Amino acid sequence: MAATAQTVAQVRDLGKYKHGWETEIEMETAPKGLNEDIVRFISARKDEPDWMLDWRLKAYRHWLTMEEPTWAMVDYPAIDFQDIYYYAAPKSTAGPKSLDEVDPELLRTYEKLGIPLKEQEVLAGVQGAPRVAVDAVFDSVSVATTFKKELESHGVIFCSISEALQNHPELVRKYLGTVVPYTDNFYATLNSAVFSDGSFVYIPPGVHCPMELSTYFRINAKDTGQFERTLIIADEGSYVSYLEGCTAPMRDENQLHAAVVELVTLKDAEIKYSTVQNWYPGDENGKGGIYNFVTKRGACRGDDSKIRWTQVETGSAITWKYPSCILQGDNSVGEFYSVAITNNAQQADTGTKMIHLGRNTRSRIISKGISAGRARNTYRGLVRMGPKAAEGRNFTQCDSLLIGDRCGAHTVPYIESRNRTAKVEHEATTSRIGEDQLFYCRQRGIGEEDAVALIVNGFCKEVLQELPMEFAVEAQKLVSISLEGSVG
Amino acid sequence: MLEIKNLHASVGGKPILNGVDLAVAPGEVHAVMGPNGSGKSTLSYVLSGRDGYEVSDGSVLFKGGNLLDLDPEERAAAGLFLAFQYPVEIPGVTNMTFLKHALNGLKVQRGEEELDAMQFLKLVRQKAKALGMSDDMLKRAVNVGFSGGEKKRNEILQMAVLEPAFAVLDETDSGLDIDALKIVADGVNALRGPARSMLVITHYQRLLDYIVPDRVHVLAGGRIVTSGGKELALQLEDEGYGAFAARAA
Repeated sequence: MAATAQTVAQVRDLGKYKHGWETEIEMETAPKGLNEDIVRFISARKDEPDWMLDWRLKAYRHWLTMEEPTWAMVDYPAIDFQDIYYYAAPKSTAGPKSLDEVDPELLRTYEKLGIPLKEQEVLAGVQGAPRVAVDAVFDSVSVATTFKKELESHGVIFCSISEALQNHPELVRKYLGTVVPYTDNFYATLNSAVFSDGSFVYIPPGVHCPMELSTYFRINAKDTGQFERTLIIADEGSYVSYLEGCTAPMRDENQLHAAVVELVTLKDAEIKYSTVQNWYPGDENGKGGIYNFVTKRGACRGDDSKIRWTQVETGSAITWKYPSCILQGDNSVGEFYSVAITNNAQQADTGTKMIHLGRNTRSRIISKGISAGRARNTYRGLVRMGPKAAEGRNFTQCDSLLIGDRCGAHTVPYIESRNRTAKVEHEATTSRIGEDQLFYCRQRGIGEEDAVALIVNGFCKEVLQELPMEFAVEAQKLVSISLEGSVG
Repeated sequence: MLEIKNLHASVGGKPILNGVDLAVAPGEVHAVMGPNGSGKSTLSYVLSGRDGYEVSDGSVLFKGGNLLDLDPEERAAAGLFLAFQYPVEIPGVTNMTFLKHALNGLKVQRGEEELDAMQFLKLVRQKAKALGMSDDMLKRAVNVGFSGGEKKRNEILQMAVLEPAFAVLDETDSGLDIDALKIVADGVNALRGPARSMLVITHYQRLLDYIVPDRVHVLAGGRIVTSGGKELALQLEDEGYGAFAARAA
């Protein structure tokens, strides 16, 4: 109880949402709105090669022909795409050589983030700090990258995608858009045209990445849409674990976030991608929350390769997110572990797609949805067994937990099998948080909110234990915080 | 320690308790016996403050304070413990975690210092050992996949760790074979002491062979109809509840 009670108390002291402030750093912005000139501006600002600009322009022109999707179970007022800034960068983008050169205001922001980021110590260079490399994306441009040297000694490339375009253009060109093509979907296409920055990771053959790689995203400039682009390539026989976590300041206007993450594993390689998403969910009525329309997809290109997505989604007013795996290589494995918590007026439509193409490919989906308040939580998942996916196997388990009587949970599974030898299993449960469980806890001396946190953490355990240690503790706290006030 | 006066309570608008009077002094163990539907479990839930159990009249003083004014967790902090007839499963939460939240939850409410992980581990291991419970059981999720006997033993473990001033045991003997019954009774007896009182609710006299009460009360029609010494339980076993129920009506 200690941890959850403390956290809840702390958060109460800090106000409804602890990350609600705005850092005063001068921004360089492009004018509001979107047209070809803006796309050219972004590309020029980043001194990109011509092929990159061409690709962006193709995406932009394609985007003009597309319409916003409406199939997700979410409602929100129409987004005016001409009322958004598509580029904002902290002024000091020359590329700091060390932390001393980083804007002190920015470092204070990290401090304020308060999340006892072990990475704080890492950033500060504290001895004995856990080895987590941070490529912090502050608004749109990466400003601090640590541990680069040690990673370099292993041949690992971990940098912003803008840097990668300068220093490793051949790698970017070879893989960018090969998992999520620029024509993929409305938001991914928009991202392809205007993405500002993001992370790039390349793990060379046979290398087990010596540390967890971590990026903390933070949306900062007012009205700035965020269009992160992340590309991770694990070459043959390599391994990497990547952590992504987010917080955002409080504001009134809704903020659009449309990121794209592409993962590629070659033969025998493995990528673990973990997310803890805690963006501002809006006030009790959902006002001011983040719109999170994300396309995340991994391709197991090589035989015996593996991709595992783990996500804890507690924030955002609207979450639209389906981290997926394309299982191309024979014997390749895709896994998806998800906790999605919605409270108050939050809406989440999230799930995964497992596309089995190779022989003997296996996938596993464990989804835990928790709804409280007036929130809506939808699991939407596709499992497709292609004609060549002989002996393909999938196991899906979707559990929904309801707190109170005004929230909703939906499970929408799509199953397509074109191979007789493939097996697909789907299990789903929906339950209400038990009055008997709550009473049992309270009779033993556990207060109501702690009891809810305890029960929900138990409900999510299967997923939370898939997170790396650094994240697991934070995630447990988040579970408690996000359900604060959901009972009584 | 506990003084129940003229307690009336209903569930879903239906009156179940119709004027219960009962007083338990410190260190005493009282048994409440009665047929099905007499209000035994309702009494335990009213005392522990479960939602849906409406008190319409009467009072309950606990250590001199008004028990009915308190939330369930506050009653627990005041020293009231209920061993459930049907212990509840909490998937994904280990026994160890649950006990730690409970014990520290009580300590925080009482303004006492919480136990750290090491102190807590030592305490629980020692209590578990005394009840013949393995470390493995402490690592399993609360009551999930436990046999009937294990669940009841788990209730007694919680009681041993939380050390309440007043324990209500609601049909702790139900579903137990004779060996399990002995283990549970031994656990309960080990917790008897001058500062701790108990209310043992049971259907059968059998349990009272092992947990010998100071007083026995017969609950019928929502009232205590007869009280006496431990011999009353034997008498009841001979005659059956019928005679008592008739007297209550």
